[in-house]
Amino acid sequence: MALFTVNNVKLKGIASCVPSKKEFNRDYDWIEEDERRMLIKTTGIDERRVAEKGVSTSDLCFAAANKLMDTLGWERGEIDLLIFVSQSRDYILPATAVILQDRLGLPKSCAAFDIGLGCSGYVYGLSAAGAMLATGGFKKALLMAGDISTVSLTYKDKSTYPLFGDAATVTALEYAPGAAPMHFNLQSDGSGYEAIIIPDGGVRTMPNPGTFIAEEKEKGIVRSRGNLWLNGLDVFNFSVREAPPNISELMRFCGTAPEEYDFFVLHQANKLMNETIRKKLKLPPEKVPYSLDKYGNTSSASIPVTISTLPAESAQGRKRWLLSGFGVGLSWGSVSLETEDLVLPEILEV
Amino acid sequence: MSIEEFILKIEAEIEELPKGRLQPETNYRQIPEWSSMHALILIALAETEYNVTLTGEDLRSCQTVGDLFQVIKSRT
Repeated sequence: MALFTVNNVKLKGIASCVPSKKEFNRDYDWIEEDERRMLIKTTGIDERRVAEKGVSTSDLCFAAANKLMDTLGWERGEIDLLIFVSQSRDYILPATAVILQDRLGLPKSCAAFDIGLGCSGYVYGLSAAGAMLATGGFKKALLMAGDISTVSLTYKDKSTYPLFGDAATVTALEYAPGAAPMHFNLQSDGSGYEAIIIPDGGVRTMPNPGTFIAEEKEKGIVRSRGNLWLNGLDVFNFSVREAPPNISELMRFCGTAPEEYDFFVLHQANKLMNETIRKKLKLPPEKVPYSLDKYGNTSSASIPVTISTLPAESAQGRKRWLLSGFGVGLSWGSVSLETEDLVLPEILEV
Repeated sequence: MSIEEFILKIEAEIEELPKGRLQPETNYRQIPEWSSMHALILIALAETEYNVTLTGEDLRSCQTVGDLFQVIKSRT
């Protein structure tokens, strides 16, 4: 069972970066006005950030990493671990983390690799970075999590286009003997791999002349095999079925009660789904922040972006957090952790 | 739980729906404004109000509000 504890690791700060270009769902004229109003109300998403063509996730990470290292006063030469969590890498190969090691001026003594997860990716990334730091062999790590999702979307698919926004984040972690433990509960169910998928473009089905031919699946959904496909009902059922027990089990494992947490930060899927999870867990709304309204579903970046939208003073002092991601894979996981004077620079725009 | 309560709860969640429009024998999919968003709202309502999981398959196989109510009732 993937319930485990990581000791001696401190989460120091989080920086987020988004494209400056905004799109508004109120202007999404592929659907009628009534449906648009209903969509905004149900998903909670009105504004989203959209990257210009050619801008990659790593460009946003680069800006966020420089900002965070400068704010923390971290030297480039001190970083010995870089993990890049994303489903929108710069190239099929090589790994984007390795490119970023050089671009950021990090030393060759830095280990760098990618993790290919989305909604659950931030929690998985924290577990990997945390476990490596906990060995004491690494001292300072940058965990990058983000996605340019909009490149895989088509305007003519109402089931995906209005949901996703682009964003990237960098989290600074360090080896700190005596730091409060981080507890994790990680899970997977690959039987649901088709619920969120880009069918073509990988090795299973390489890009071919049919990849970009759009077909109407149902009213309002015209898409190709190169686009992101989302089965909203299945993902909804999965998330409300699996996320609450995963979170409850984690709290039992670490012996905490909901009242002991300052914030529960959930992957930003959509308002209706997240509110259903919140109500099932009986969590008070003021402890469950949202960034959906301004940024949409930002995939692997959604948890740290949501933390970045909190007023900086709310992270001052000792805070206890429960973070939970769930979705594409299907993959899900939660972490319970504590921070002290977490550094939260303002969200960057590029 | 009664079907009248169930209908009141649906009306509370879907403001666009004129009151009294839904009856036990109403085929919800033939409501002109019906969309996949409404399906999600019903699933969310079943989860939070009755702690019952409705699947996409349930929504496809049921015809009327009464059918849905029976599915929820059988699982509580």
